[in-house]
Amino acid sequence: MPMPAEGLIPNASDPIISEMLNYLGINKLEDLFSDVPGSILMNEPTEIGKPLTQSEVEALYNEKLEKNVSVKLSFMGGGLADHYVPPLVDELVTNQEFYSSYTPYQPEISQGILQALFEYQSLMAELLGMDVVNASLYDYASALGEAGRFSVRVTKRKKILLASTTHPERKAVLKTYMEPLDVQIVEINREAGGEISLDELSANMDEDVGMVYLETPNFFGVVERKIEDAADMVHSKEALLVVGTDPLLAGIVKPPGELGADVVIGEGQHLGGYMSYGGPSLGIFAVKKSFRHIRQLPGRLIGMTKTVDKMYRGYTMVLQTREQHIRQEEATSNITTNSSLMAVRAAIYLALLGPDGIRSVAEKILYNTEYLKRKLGSLPCFNIQFKGSLHFKEIPVVSEVSWSEVNSWLLRNGILGAFQVSKLFPDVDPTGKLGLLSTTEKHRLADLDLLLGLMREVCS
Amino acid sequence: MNRRYVQAKWQLSEGVLEPTVFELGEIEKGGVVVAKVEDELRREVGELEDLIPRDLQRGAIGLPGLTEPEVARHYSHLAQMNYGVDSGPYWLGSCTMKYTPKVVMKLESHQSLRNAHPYAPEETVQGILEVLYELQKMLSSITGLPKFTLQPAAGAHGELVGALIIRKRFLDLGERRDEILIPESAHGSNFASAAMAGFKVVRIPPSEEGTVDMGALRAAISERTAGMMITNPNTLGIFESDILEIADLLHSNGSYLYYDGANLNAIMGWVRLSDMGVDLAHLNIHKTFSAPHGGGGPGAGAVGVIEELADYLPVPLIVREGDTYRLDYDLPKSIGRVRMFHGNIGVLVKAWGYLKLLGSEGVRLSSGIAVLNANYVRKRLMDMGFEVPYGKDRPCKHEFVISLSKFRREYGVRALDFAKALMDRGVHPPTMYFPPIVQEAFMMEPTESDSLEELDAYVNAMGELADLARRDPDDLLSAPKNTAIGRIDDSFANKRLWLSWKIYKEREDS
Repeated sequence: MPMPAEGLIPNASDPIISEMLNYLGINKLEDLFSDVPGSILMNEPTEIGKPLTQSEVEALYNEKLEKNVSVKLSFMGGGLADHYVPPLVDELVTNQEFYSSYTPYQPEISQGILQALFEYQSLMAELLGMDVVNASLYDYASALGEAGRFSVRVTKRKKILLASTTHPERKAVLKTYMEPLDVQIVEINREAGGEISLDELSANMDEDVGMVYLETPNFFGVVERKIEDAADMVHSKEALLVVGTDPLLAGIVKPPGELGADVVIGEGQHLGGYMSYGGPSLGIFAVKKSFRHIRQLPGRLIGMTKTVDKMYRGYTMVLQTREQHIRQEEATSNITTNSSLMAVRAAIYLALLGPDGIRSVAEKILYNTEYLKRKLGSLPCFNIQFKGSLHFKEIPVVSEVSWSEVNSWLLRNGILGAFQVSKLFPDVDPTGKLGLLSTTEKHRLADLDLLLGLMREVCS
Repeated sequence: MNRRYVQAKWQLSEGVLEPTVFELGEIEKGGVVVAKVEDELRREVGELEDLIPRDLQRGAIGLPGLTEPEVARHYSHLAQMNYGVDSGPYWLGSCTMKYTPKVVMKLESHQSLRNAHPYAPEETVQGILEVLYELQKMLSSITGLPKFTLQPAAGAHGELVGALIIRKRFLDLGERRDEILIPESAHGSNFASAAMAGFKVVRIPPSEEGTVDMGALRAAISERTAGMMITNPNTLGIFESDILEIADLLHSNGSYLYYDGANLNAIMGWVRLSDMGVDLAHLNIHKTFSAPHGGGGPGAGAVGVIEELADYLPVPLIVREGDTYRLDYDLPKSIGRVRMFHGNIGVLVKAWGYLKLLGSEGVRLSSGIAVLNANYVRKRLMDMGFEVPYGKDRPCKHEFVISLSKFRREYGVRALDFAKALMDRGVHPPTMYFPPIVQEAFMMEPTESDSLEELDAYVNAMGELADLARRDPDDLLSAPKNTAIGRIDDSFANKRLWLSWKIYKEREDS
């Protein structure tokens, strides 16, 4: 009986191996490793275990995943939420021509993925009100890290002002990326309403500042309403305003690109991707069409072009001289493998939903958020933090009942409840009372009422 | 007979193959509504004007409005104008374009994974954590490196983690070591990652055999050397037989040896990294462990380290306590985070499935056959007169490099022209012009996924092209003819910089 691996390796049968070895004038596979010092050549196999058949692999995997606790509804916030993925998105990205190909180094045989990525760049640029979007970075947080490095290259300044309401994990990533560059990071506090304090921003703006970063919605779900004012302050000192955003917010609120942002970053996983315990994710990185900025972009860029005979429109990778495979240590970033298939997901999602579909999803999220805010806020044991502000998707809830009690009650009823902030970020909430709920277009009114009913019960 | 390939080609108007989505649908109107505010909810919450000030409301959104069948056909057309691993041989050197078993593909779509929130309580995701923990253990078994993080999103991301770990280690030791040694033939990302982590890069030139020049290495090592990044086999496909001496030189200098796992498919199950003296390494889940390359990503770049460096890994780590699994955030010396959450989990579970499918013997067999295929193809090409500039008297590993400079010199046919003409013959061209130490380079990596017939077809295509280069070089210079589109003008692309539909329209109108 051949082992399952042989079903994956066409030349693994003895007659073929013999024929090939014979042609090479050697006797056994081991002879091909004669250049490896004998002392390190393995004598016994790795300890991975016996090979399993396909059906065994699937059964074992399913058996393990059954140990997860399945929920029918997820309201957990903290940066990712349970969005609806139109089945067409799944269907189209299972084309092997998309998923099994690699970086389109040979454009003539790769027009499909090149055009899909060009469309991603173009659709995302429209959504965010920007001009140029790269072909993807790893995720939102690494996009922030790259934005920090970008700002140093463009402005030659080594100070970053960072809204204190930034997601703590993104703060951490920025710190990791900036540490070798010896960049100073200063946090700008929030106002009472949860938005960035413009007074404090103004007080800290000086000629050393290369980049100011804020998020909308921020970690607490609060939408920043004074980005234009912030942009004026930042630009008066010739620094860059980098805005992190949830791209879905742009379906209903004026996009950062129309509010003066120089760079927009964000998480594209919300657009046609699953939570998947955190990834694969999609880092968005967008700039305006300043040549100086485009030259300093990290990551891959796809451009429309023509054939050499100028007869056809086509697509190819451009400005590769910024990239590691050519520029080595002078490259704008080390990124190589990126998140292309997630970008294709986002492109299909945006093409399918179009202006009406995107607006409708964003509106649904906004209405769900507002509804939960009002209803939860009216319960005796829950308060909404930054109640008077505009929230989108994420709702910061201060609970007088312990969150572990609330969440286990919800879980018993098939609902994944709030993310208790102090569990991972005690600095952000030392009280332990703050939880982040999220709501998406997936939640029908009846689902919201189910959650509210259960939270009312836990309150009484 | 020689095989031929004609790629699908959609042409719906003059000079344009498939139009863009912007040309297919009306802009700013229409689209598919997948969710909407219920009437009752709207009554309850009120009008939009009361929620968002008018001047902050979104105006027109410049997206096209299409219907679902139109979108389905559009992207199906695009897929047909692309070439994947399931289409045929795809020998991009150092990229390991192996076949992804479909059972492995299926694992990411399990509902219980797709719906899992990264902050879900650990007790609700024990299954996922167990799979990931087992993957770490299997990677440890293959590499001999005891501790792993699965967080990095790609190989280069793993390199950055590795370089940062080395940096942090020396900061903690109070030693000022600011140099990383990298062989000239290394992958470009090595140089970029080291630089991102704040190191000065010191290049080690190759010996005449194409391996690390030991004299140059000895001369380069100093008290400033933090470590060396190496891939073994190197990008020429040659095993660095001096690896133990290299490791000794570094270790006796207090420096670390970092291993770039891009070429692990050559030695998986044959040599453990720890036995080579490797202190830390990244593994490319999307190369060696069969997760697909996604048209460029997402991948995953697991990083393994020796115990001495384990405290520096990014948080959180997946650990086991008795029969339960949890995330450990308590690593005071950690380099911090390099991304959000725990990694590209949908990619990582594929590696778990792949290794379960292969088992210990399958792992070794995969690399063994990958190396056999590479040696077979190399010898066949050498027998036809193709030039192998380095290491032709010893076996290669999973890849090898030929030089086509003779064809350029004699007939004006470049590696680029060979690549374009190969496409018409139903194969994806190899990596070109890399490593830079070889003129007119073709870096070829046939994986274990190709049959003998496929190998022969590829070799025959190369033979046909060599013949054609002598007889009718113009035929090669005008290739490709059978792909969806003819030769693309890259310099025009870099001059125009039509980077989005918006920019294209503006410039076209002006």
